[in-house]
Amino acid sequence: MVMITRRKLMVGAALAGGGVLLGYAMAPFSTIDRARKLAAGDGALLVTWVRITPDNRVTVIVPHSEMGQGVHTAMPMMLAEELDADWALVGMEQAPADMAFANGPLGKGYLGLADPSIPKFLTGLTDFGARKAAEFLNVQSTGGSTSVRFTGVVGMRRAGAAARWMLVQAAAKSWNVAVDEITTKDSRLFHTASGKSASYGEMASFAADFDPPANLPLKDPENYTIVGAPKARFDIPAKVDGSAIYGVDMRLPGMMFAAVKACPVFGGKLKNFDAKMVQNRRGIKSVYGIGDNAVAVVADNSWRAQQALAALPIEWDEGANAAHNSVAIFAGMQAALDKGDFDSDYDFGDAEAAANAAPKQIEAIYQVPWLAHATMEPMNCTAHFSGGRLDIWGGFQDGLAARVRAAGISGLPLEMVTLHHTAMGGGFGRRGSTLNYMDQAILLAMQLDFPVNVIWSREEDMTQDYYRNASVAKMRAGLDATGRPVGWQQDYTEKREPEDATWLPYAIADRRARVVSGTDPIPFGAWRSVAHTQHGFFIESFIDELAHAAGRDPLEYRRDLLADAPDHKLVLEAAAQMSGWAMPAPMGRARGIAIRQSFGTIVAQVAEISVDQEGKARVHKVWCAVDPGEVVNPDTFVAQMESGIIYGLTAALYGEISILKGRVVEQNFPDYEMIRQADAPVIEVKLMPSGRPTGGAGEPGTPPISAAVANAVFALTKQRIRSLPLRRHDLRGGIEQAKAS
Amino acid sequence: MQLIINGQTKDVDVEAEMPLLWVLRDVLNLTGTKFGCGVSACGACTVLVDGVAMRSCSVPASSVAGASITTIEAQTMPDTLQSRVQAAWIAHQVPQCGYCQSGQIMAAVALLSENQAPSDADIDAAMSNICRCGTYGRVRAAIHSLKTV
Repeated sequence: MVMITRRKLMVGAALAGGGVLLGYAMAPFSTIDRARKLAAGDGALLVTWVRITPDNRVTVIVPHSEMGQGVHTAMPMMLAEELDADWALVGMEQAPADMAFANGPLGKGYLGLADPSIPKFLTGLTDFGARKAAEFLNVQSTGGSTSVRFTGVVGMRRAGAAARWMLVQAAAKSWNVAVDEITTKDSRLFHTASGKSASYGEMASFAADFDPPANLPLKDPENYTIVGAPKARFDIPAKVDGSAIYGVDMRLPGMMFAAVKACPVFGGKLKNFDAKMVQNRRGIKSVYGIGDNAVAVVADNSWRAQQALAALPIEWDEGANAAHNSVAIFAGMQAALDKGDFDSDYDFGDAEAAANAAPKQIEAIYQVPWLAHATMEPMNCTAHFSGGRLDIWGGFQDGLAARVRAAGISGLPLEMVTLHHTAMGGGFGRRGSTLNYMDQAILLAMQLDFPVNVIWSREEDMTQDYYRNASVAKMRAGLDATGRPVGWQQDYTEKREPEDATWLPYAIADRRARVVSGTDPIPFGAWRSVAHTQHGFFIESFIDELAHAAGRDPLEYRRDLLADAPDHKLVLEAAAQMSGWAMPAPMGRARGIAIRQSFGTIVAQVAEISVDQEGKARVHKVWCAVDPGEVVNPDTFVAQMESGIIYGLTAALYGEISILKGRVVEQNFPDYEMIRQADAPVIEVKLMPSGRPTGGAGEPGTPPISAAVANAVFALTKQRIRSLPLRRHDLRGGIEQAKAS
Repeated sequence: MQLIINGQTKDVDVEAEMPLLWVLRDVLNLTGTKFGCGVSACGACTVLVDGVAMRSCSVPASSVAGASITTIEAQTMPDTLQSRVQAAWIAHQVPQCGYCQSGQIMAAVALLSENQAPSDADIDAAMSNICRCGTYGRVRAAIHSLKTV
């Protein structure tokens, strides 16, 4: 074990077989005292490791999980860039779920090494940041689109620069030449005057002796050769030949499979089950209660377990929640907004008075339903309890937090719990902190003396999710004599992260947002871009309403209101230009536009739609302009925009979880439909990195799309869509109206 | 019963109605074929049966006994259609989470073996597999790149 002192930023240790292992020790916070105490603790935290071996290979150890967003390639790119490594010799490993690899920089990123784009209403940020740091220092969270912008920017880059510095010192000493005469390129060190050169691998064993200073200079982005150039993702080859091992693919000696059913009513309990009815079936080991609300059938294969579970008589105690239904919950949300027991989100000037003083007022009520994650790989977890030790296998967005939770569930000390990462068949927030499936696997494994792979059916996955919350929003504003909005007011139900999701980019002096809480009894979980999904729809639809009410072009209207937000304006104009906004859409089609900043990235989208004979919207094309500050792997970034758009489009067109008798109605893909190839629009993405602080990639593509589509529907049909999904609306009448007018 | 999988004959002792998917995954440990929905709605479990794309979650194993079953794990020579599809998937950096891609690739192999130059409409009709990561544009581009006429 390497001992770390607070004075050191980067520490090295010689490897037994030659080469060097480098750890990055987190620098103490210098500006915010409370955070410094949190971060420093008894010593600095190790957050990143890189290994350089005698064969001149560089292995970057990444403390984040790969779900197809490309983080296992982007992080090594950032480190390799500062190291001047030969990309062909760079590889990666995922860090184990151990405190030594907690991603402290995530907390530090939140602490603002101030992102100037953070809205001013959040400038009580010191406390917010410190709270975040406390939460994040103990985790390896892959969420919030944070990996590249926090771990990458704060951790990987500095680790690469420090490793390079150490290698240069080692070469200078070994060749007895001045440090500043040494150059590096493609994983080699050069001294031109003497003609000496060596590979990093040859020099690595000596590098461990040098302690790099803090605050080494980083490269000028102008000189990047790896970052900013498209690189093939490391994880892809194993995903085209079936060799990638996902959680459902875990196979261990003696392992059995479990099918599980939990009480379909949230909060309900398991009352009774009659194991006799299935116990003698072929391949069935036995039937087990899990915790107080679920039952598992364990068998030698999944199908036998599923069949037996389906035949098993189970009695539930459905409890108090069995009365819940969607209609009543939405009515309660409306009533809560009318009653007005609000907390303030932000409040500048006097929005109500400003709107009332205007010659015209516009008011509209918007609504969105619950959404399921529906990852392609249903929730699953493999667990083995043996000799007082617990091993867990699965796909986790936050391995360390999952391991800490597993210790709590099992009652074992943390050091007796080992978590093994597998590939992950989609995350989108589901595999972060909502781990009911892992809890089940642990509680079942502790009743067994062999490993068990708990695999949910699609129906279980759909009905035992933690959902994107439903929400109702009352939007109100005035229009002054020139049609400009005054007195922006947003009242809505249920505040979710991130804190700034209701932020308004438009220059409206008097504005406020207020929230009522406690209206949604359905289990909540982070869902790709979290609260930005609903606020993107509310805000960008309502500003579009105001534009039309003012008789203005929706692009022009937004552009005027973004006079003080030049970055937003550029992105908005780029999306409009890509779409040919100035020219009319092809016959029978119309375009809508929306812009949203989330997770540090500004995204504008134009959607072009038509309405078919059944009154359903078809999205033909989406143009997407994006300013993420900087781009690490351009091809991956484009892929994440494509992905975020399709994910958001599924929600906009089809997505709806409904509640009846306290349980989820939708069961499987036939009644929770997805965008498929035939419905998928052509997507064109333009990357416009401006040098602003690095923003996220995984989530920001999702928030604008529902409003862009709904605004296009209005442009075509004069029918304003104020509730999702779109399939609930018959758009035929609207079209006839539009023709008549 | 006897199943012929990727050219190899396997004797399996399972119920006649056990779906091919679970025989592949849990009996033969060929885990490249994925479970997604169990009701033939998502396509993650797509395999070829005598060259035709089938959703193995809904195909009783006994109904394909003796037929030639091809999965994503088939050891293919460099120039076979399946290996060319896989190479195109890498070239276009198609997969994200990757979970649906075994099924997408097998569906594409079936399409291209029937139709060497599929149109967009042909692709829409044949490629109904769900991809939650939204890789549809890249799937389409990869298939078009394999047109041979």
